[in-house]
Amino acid sequence: MSFRNTPLAVIHDVDKETLLTPELRAEIDKHVAKYPPEWKQSAVMPALTLVQDHNGGWLSRELMDQVAAYLDMPETAVYEVATFYAMYDLEPVGRHKVCVCNSVSCMLGGAEELMHHIEKKYNVAPGGTTADGKLTFKEFECLGACRHAPAVMVDKAYHECVTPEAIDKIIDDLD
Amino acid sequence: MSDDKITLEIDGRVCTAAPGEMIIAVADREGIVIPRFCYHEKLSIAANCRMCLVEAEQGGRPFPKPIPACATPVGEGMKVLTRSKKALDAQRGTMEFLLINHPLDCPICDQGGECELQDVSMGYGEDVSRFSERKRVVKDEDLGPLIATEMTRCIHCTRCVRFGAEVAGLRELGATGRGEDMRIGTFVGQSMAHELSGNIIDLCPVGALTSKPYRFTARAWELTSDEGIAPHDGVGSNLQLHIRGGQVMRVHPRDNEAVNECWISDRDRFSYEGLNSPERLKAPMLKRDGEWQEVDWQEALHAAVDLLKAPGPDQLGVLVSPSATLEEQFLLQRLVRALGSDHIDTRLRQLDFSAAAADPRLPWLGVPIAELEQQQAALLIGSDIRQEQPLLAHRLRKAALSGATIALLNPYEVDLNHRSIQLRSAPQALDRDLRALLKLLGRPPVAGPIAEPDERHQRIADALTRAGQAGKGLVLLGALAENAPVYGLVRALAAEVAAAAGCQLGCLAPAANSVGSWCAGSLPHRLPGGAAPARPGLDARAMLTDPRQGYLLWGLEPDRDLADPILAMSALRAAKQVVACTAFRSPALDAVADVLLPISAFAETAGTFVNTEARWQRFQGAVPPPGDSRPGWKVLRVLGTMMELPGFAQNSAREVHDELASQCRDLTPDNQLRGSMPATDLSSATPQGAELFRLGNVPIYATDPLVRRASALQRTPLAEQLAVSLHPEDAAALGLADGQLARVVQVATNGECIEVNAPVVIDDRIAVGCARIPAGVEGSGELGPIMGPVQISKAGD
Ligand code: SF4
Ligand code: FES
Ligand code: FES
Repeated sequence: MSFRNTPLAVIHDVDKETLLTPELRAEIDKHVAKYPPEWKQSAVMPALTLVQDHNGGWLSRELMDQVAAYLDMPETAVYEVATFYAMYDLEPVGRHKVCVCNSVSCMLGGAEELMHHIEKKYNVAPGGTTADGKLTFKEFECLGACRHAPAVMVDKAYHECVTPEAIDKIIDDLD
Repeated sequence: MSDDKITLEIDGRVCTAAPGEMIIAVADREGIVIPRFCYHEKLSIAANCRMCLVEAEQGGRPFPKPIPACATPVGEGMKVLTRSKKALDAQRGTMEFLLINHPLDCPICDQGGECELQDVSMGYGEDVSRFSERKRVVKDEDLGPLIATEMTRCIHCTRCVRFGAEVAGLRELGATGRGEDMRIGTFVGQSMAHELSGNIIDLCPVGALTSKPYRFTARAWELTSDEGIAPHDGVGSNLQLHIRGGQVMRVHPRDNEAVNECWISDRDRFSYEGLNSPERLKAPMLKRDGEWQEVDWQEALHAAVDLLKAPGPDQLGVLVSPSATLEEQFLLQRLVRALGSDHIDTRLRQLDFSAAAADPRLPWLGVPIAELEQQQAALLIGSDIRQEQPLLAHRLRKAALSGATIALLNPYEVDLNHRSIQLRSAPQALDRDLRALLKLLGRPPVAGPIAEPDERHQRIADALTRAGQAGKGLVLLGALAENAPVYGLVRALAAEVAAAAGCQLGCLAPAANSVGSWCAGSLPHRLPGGAAPARPGLDARAMLTDPRQGYLLWGLEPDRDLADPILAMSALRAAKQVVACTAFRSPALDAVADVLLPISAFAETAGTFVNTEARWQRFQGAVPPPGDSRPGWKVLRVLGTMMELPGFAQNSAREVHDELASQCRDLTPDNQLRGSMPATDLSSATPQGAELFRLGNVPIYATDPLVRRASALQRTPLAEQLAVSLHPEDAAALGLADGQLARVVQVATNGECIEVNAPVVIDDRIAVGCARIPAGVEGSGELGPIMGPVQISKAGD
């Protein structure tokens, strides 16, 4: 959203030293340093990623609020970012995330079949987590790897031209 | 100038524009209609609805695609076509997409008949939808008692979101989710808590955000519309009153760039609900042997005349609401002066009149309202401005965003939505910081205690000096200063500060017609037109400390609107004759009055308000006063005539206005103080021993009888209840915890001691040594002076 002025900054009534962890704050500060001071909100995406990784792959409302406070942002503005991007999860997730692309090239290249396969074999619907807590299965919009469709992102690794057999192998290799 | 003008053609019409202007702004000025949803001239450009697509060419080369008129700056020689086939096709296409998810519920939608989407789809939509899939449905959120939501109707223009970020300065609403899942809401489901929140109802181009109090009560086409002026703060926002069957159904802003732009505060928007309060007085009433009886006007007027004549010239005191119209105030002062005294006042919550002789001729804002946003520095003394004048706070916020230094000297840190420097001092010690500023500004010391100047004082002094040199600095006095027991001194010091820094001094008018009193002469030391009477009468406080035998109360509740309710109630109880002219009944009035005359309230009478920039704004009665109540000026005219007093023969409010206006021809706004520094005796105002200082703020929805009866406003988070807010240090010293019940003991000016229990709120924004206990709210009528020493202890100890 384009705002006329630099984005609205809100000074929260908290001591920043009490927010998140010292390590996380130090990591976030590295990103904050990349932007002009009045645009420090620009660091919200890496901040959320860091916090999410630290929290076992998902963001609670409290954590989002802490990020908001740390970056002097209105809470709503953090919720907007966290709900917009598919890589943020707002509910507890499994130990791994299997993200299958559902966009056009992958759809034509067999993503649908792949998804049915995962759904049946691991008994998990898109958006859900397996009973053993091993995987969270997510549908993603275009992963940007269209020429080797179908593409799957498992945690932070890309896998291309993935067949049902290949995905089984990948999943088996996870802890 | 001429060479930085751009010439372009829109639909064949040659237009000139400034560089950087958007096509849509130029078209609007030329009266060429381009459909739009997301564009709003007061908000930033989002260009997300795509409804404003037009065809254009620049330098003979057509743009390859239709372009959004709201986000495309004009260029020299540009040719724009808003109604070509290409433009219309694009607009129709957009319309079709927008309607895909919009429900077809216009028959049950409050916006029906005044909906931008409905209107535009009439022009650009198709009759038949090609979309046969399922429409999306969005769950509603409860945004509180003012705003009703139907988020399925939202078209994601984000006007409401941008309003929050850019105008309100509080991002409550956001657009969460993406694509099909995008929705507007608070995400966490909280009530909106902002004094301007109602404006998003007007901004929303569809029926997603509508007014909750008005919901389902009328259809747009059943309403007639009349102009009005807001009756609460000194801004005098211009209103459009929507009326059906002699009732105000809702209130909208009327554009006036110089006053309220296109906004109004929630107080001005929703207070009309109070008009239909069950406490409305609809017939004259007379107290006979302690029993109230409805009587006809004739009888009531005769009784009133006898009561008003009985006390004799010097023994009648007249207390008038500062929201009374100019015409009413003018006739009231004529009445009391014809009866032989000058005892009339509208400064009901003021405690310190010691510097009355120094009062300026016509205290006003010091600059026009519209110029507030151009100030480079402003020092506000004793003002919780967002509560007092929400739209002036908005103007100052604009100044702050463009770099101005906004500083405040208050007994508590106020909530602001921009950068500011806040100094905090107990009300009786406001003078210390001012002396510190004077020292930094290089003025010879003024006798009295002085605060140790720190870096904040220095920043304020520097900013004021710099702004003063540019002619863009202001020192403003607000209601918290005006009601403080050291007002005379604070004002004199404020004037010194302003003079030393080369800034203007200004007063923030607390009520709709506070400034009008100085014109109408409804003050003990001012005649109509601003002249001084031979000998000033008694002011609002002196009339009560030195009780009169009879009183005339106009439009006020003695336990809520006066500085010292206990003092007031005991003086009124002891008085032999009390005539109350009021739109509402209240237990306090019932207890003290002998006769109640029902008068018009907001929107029910013709009249004039003079706002804080001394702008006279006339209005007509839009609806008849209910039942037997009558426009106030008419009641006064009849009273005057019955008493055979001269000057009560006017045939219309206009005549009253014109008569006063002719006397005010030479009265120009003037904040110049007369006389020297007052020597205020602070001993009675200084807390002794373990006492704290009561700091009585008047919360935003407690200012006057009408808003106190506006039920939706009273249910919002901003409606304060009686409570004792303490600094954590004071609370700890008293052994009080948040939420605990405290006992408040106050001694009224007449020596009466009073005890009230109220819950404790711990708040580190309150100055140490102060107890903030609001005035004007339920229960505050049992207390003493709005500001003054108070004893707090644990209840039950
Ligand atoms: S609620 Fe109304 S104003 Fe807000 S985005 Fe939706 S349509 Fe626009
Ligand atoms: S469509 Fe799957 S990666 Fe682009
Ligand atoms: S008005 Fe131009 S894109 Fe919405």
